[in-house]
Amino acid sequence: MLLSFDNLTLGYEAHPAVHHLNYGVKAGALIALVGPNGAGKSTLFKGIMGQIQPLDGHIHLNGIETKDIAYLPQLNQLDRSFPITVQELVALGAWNEIGAFGHLKNSHKEQVAFALSQLNLKGFEKRLISSLSGGQMQRVLFARLLVQNAQLILLDEPFTGVDSRTTHDLLHMISAWHKQGKTIIAVLHDLEQVRQHFPECLLLSREPIAFGATSEVLTDANWLRARKLNEAFDEHAVYCGSHEAP
Amino acid sequence: MFELFIQPIADFSFMQRALIGCIAISISAAPVGVFLMLRRMSLTGDAMAHAILPGAAVGFFIAGLSIEAMTIGGIIAGCAVALLSGLVSRMTSVAEDSSMAAFYLISLALGVLIISVRGSQVDLLHVLFGSALALHNEALYLLGGISTLTLVTLALVFRPLVLECMDRLFLQSVSHLSPLAHFSFLMLVVLNLVGGFNALGTLLSVGMMILPSAAARYWVKSLDMLLLSSCLIAIASCYIGLLLSYHAGWPTGPAIILTLGFGYVISFMFGLNNSLTSQYTKKKHLSA
Repeated sequence: MLLSFDNLTLGYEAHPAVHHLNYGVKAGALIALVGPNGAGKSTLFKGIMGQIQPLDGHIHLNGIETKDIAYLPQLNQLDRSFPITVQELVALGAWNEIGAFGHLKNSHKEQVAFALSQLNLKGFEKRLISSLSGGQMQRVLFARLLVQNAQLILLDEPFTGVDSRTTHDLLHMISAWHKQGKTIIAVLHDLEQVRQHFPECLLLSREPIAFGATSEVLTDANWLRARKLNEAFDEHAVYCGSHEAP
Repeated sequence: MFELFIQPIADFSFMQRALIGCIAISISAAPVGVFLMLRRMSLTGDAMAHAILPGAAVGFFIAGLSIEAMTIGGIIAGCAVALLSGLVSRMTSVAEDSSMAAFYLISLALGVLIISVRGSQVDLLHVLFGSALALHNEALYLLGGISTLTLVTLALVFRPLVLECMDRLFLQSVSHLSPLAHFSFLMLVVLNLVGGFNALGTLLSVGMMILPSAAARYWVKSLDMLLLSSCLIAIASCYIGLLLSYHAGWPTGPAIILTLGFGYVISFMFGLNNSLTSQYTKKKHLSA
């Protein structure tokens, strides 16, 4: 397993957002992470990235480090008014090699040019990101992922606010990464898209509802259970595993 | 023209020292202000300007009108407020502006209390409003040192700082430099405010940070041009402000900041990007 969760609980102010998750991700897997809003999907990504510490249990990275993980944030997590050009942003994907102080070598510049051409962004190099549409911005972030060339890729709602043609292009890129043996986990809401393009699926609703082959996970019964569990937030809940109130 | 623009600087060494000091503040405070603006922390500069007051006051009462003592006191107080508010925010998930506000208010109250108990109104006015025309050599060395340290630090943390402003999650995913970028930037804010209070006072030195970058944003778009043009606006305003102060007999700090303020008003009215005139005048448009 490239990545495994051992009785993992993540949360905020003692309330679990991901509760007792036991799950393993094989190297080379292409997994859709689905669930209702507030199901803990983005929280799980933060846990994998080490940005929040588990309330209980463990996350095991086997043979990789955090720097081998590439993360695509939701578009609203970025300050898109910042005065930086498309080329400069994509070049930051080479961080693992250039770090905070290194200069971009010709090989990096070639990687950036290749990534921009792969995402149909030729001619956008000098444009400020503030002038881009949502779909164009998402393609820029995919170009940065391409330059990062990481083993594990986490995509948080990669197609939100993106038109169908761009979605098609980005799905094509994800498929190419999968064929190269990269491991990909994507948070998605379009279940039809998941059925068509993602062979494996983890249905999360704070607690894991089901995981495995997508056709077996995305059933009406599982989805109904996910919805019910997601609404079970209790401000006055007792501590997990005891009858003791906080 | 010579008498109006050149002679006051050429004839008087106190004007030369004031100009050199103000140029030193301009080339370091203006770039720091650009990042403050881009991080939507412009009012943080104002809060920090209040926060250094008790340190400067303690320095004043220990060693009199000693620039070293007041500077060291100001740096200690400013760094303490910056670090405490940053730490409380990161450890308790409370927004940094509220913890910053809490600590700067405590610090300001402490400063006013110290000055009221031990000093006079004249001392307070010096700390608050400075005196650019009275800059001596030690003050110039200090300003030069702060300016050099600021530019070197900005060069070293530039890339992490850009990411900290624009895409902090990405920075945290590829490195552990996010806290370093954040806290070293806050230290630069403190250093420049402390440097500025000798010439302009604590309250006006924040204007040297914020107004040039706020004006520059109406003229240029890219980050490198923002940094360059904010420095040029700050230097030009210092020169004009010093001359205004000399010819009209106005206090130097307010004259410089008002010149910067005038530049800001001109910019938001007539600038090239998103100014009032650019939004309300029809322009030719491209075909694609």
